[in-house]
Amino acid sequence: MIRFTRLERQAPAVLILAFAVTVTSGQERTERPAKTHRSVYFDLTQAPERASARQNPLAGDPDAVAAGRKLFGMHCAECHGNMARGSPRAPSLLARPVRQATDGTLFWIVTNGVVRRGMPVWSKLPEPERWQIVSYLKSLAMSETLYPQ
Amino acid sequence: MQLENLLRRSVLKCLLLAGFTLPLAMARAQENPYIVTYDHYLEEPRSLEVEYFSTFGTQRNGNDFHAFWAEFEYGATAWWTTELYLDGQTTFNDSTLFTGFRWENRLRLLQHEHFINPVLYTEYEHISGADKILKEIEGHDGEADTAGPNALARKEHKNEVELKLLLSSTLKGWNIAENTLAAKNLSNSPWEFGYAIGASRPFALKASPNRCNFCPENFVAGVEMYGGLGDRYTFGLHNTSHYLAPVIAWNLPSDWTLRLSPGFGLNDNSRRFLLRWGVSREFSGFGDAIGRIFGGRK
Repeated sequence: MIRFTRLERQAPAVLILAFAVTVTSGQERTERPAKTHRSVYFDLTQAPERASARQNPLAGDPDAVAAGRKLFGMHCAECHGNMARGSPRAPSLLARPVRQATDGTLFWIVTNGVVRRGMPVWSKLPEPERWQIVSYLKSLAMSETLYPQ
Repeated sequence: MQLENLLRRSVLKCLLLAGFTLPLAMARAQENPYIVTYDHYLEEPRSLEVEYFSTFGTQRNGNDFHAFWAEFEYGATAWWTTELYLDGQTTFNDSTLFTGFRWENRLRLLQHEHFINPVLYTEYEHISGADKILKEIEGHDGEADTAGPNALARKEHKNEVELKLLLSSTLKGWNIAENTLAAKNLSNSPWEFGYAIGASRPFALKASPNRCNFCPENFVAGVEMYGGLGDRYTFGLHNTSHYLAPVIAWNLPSDWTLRLSPGFGLNDNSRRFLLRWGVSREFSGFGDAIGRIFGGRK
């Protein structure tokens, strides 16, 4: 006959309690009013003027868009979605505030993240790679403007 | 009966681990090459990075050893990373043993990027005197500490807290990191100090448009130096050990990161040579998967 240790005897009760607490807290979350995306995009307005005015040194380089697509898939798609349309974890990058943001503003956001909202800083990517991501985002914005879905 | 229980628990643990990790997406991380030095980049939120590291060390007055440790690094938020270490070692012509665990937390102090970015590091460690992973060098640590037999060393138990200030900058593709540490054994021992500095840079700063294993941007190389700075009563370089170690990391598109670092002792107190290597893999969305298991937010 298998003897259960004290920990094993208590484990089901602890698991049930944890499950109940998590489910309850999950229900509370769904009852809250949905967050508007305006507050998320608000951080785009926080970029310093000097940063917003920076020009993308890789603008017009088709290789930069292709490399940016690859980098986006590696580092950003997990939260923003493969097509940058957003997910429960992060907002869409095809929304008007992002499409209208300057290259410099997007670069600033990628570099600094939005730490208090869960977006990590991405300055660990070398500067040219961040510009490549910006190039890709701008190409998405362009196609979304021309062919809105 | 004990064997049956042991088997049952092992199978359960394996199943749980597989259940947690298999459905998770893999993230291709851009990892730094350091083994000892920390930069200011934290684990991505809700991601788990599982790492295995190994150190082979040669000693003048003791048996050579192979120390190894596993790290489970979780990004609790974008400004807080928590990590568990499990340590072990094999001393040649002696024995193999588990030497303890460490729990560390890193807290990002500033929201935005600055020229110098500070991160606060706290650690609690419960290890035996036989621990040889040399993840940090502090106080008057030296070769003599690890020259004795395991049977004696394992009888010493250390409960230690450690504080570090991690400073790190990124400039023109280079990362420069400086760490200072203060450690206190919770028994009646003085505060001990140490340092680690490192510099690294990717082979290429621009990504190539195609997915590739051997693209230069996948490789990051650099050098780190670390050592002790004495204790509260005898602060300084006297009777301390120091190491210089080139480092290289290979970030594979297939989600793995490999690191290699040959380290060279710089004075008579240091071990002569340390060969370190590590392999790691990041599991994105680990926190979400755990939440789903317990019926949390979909």
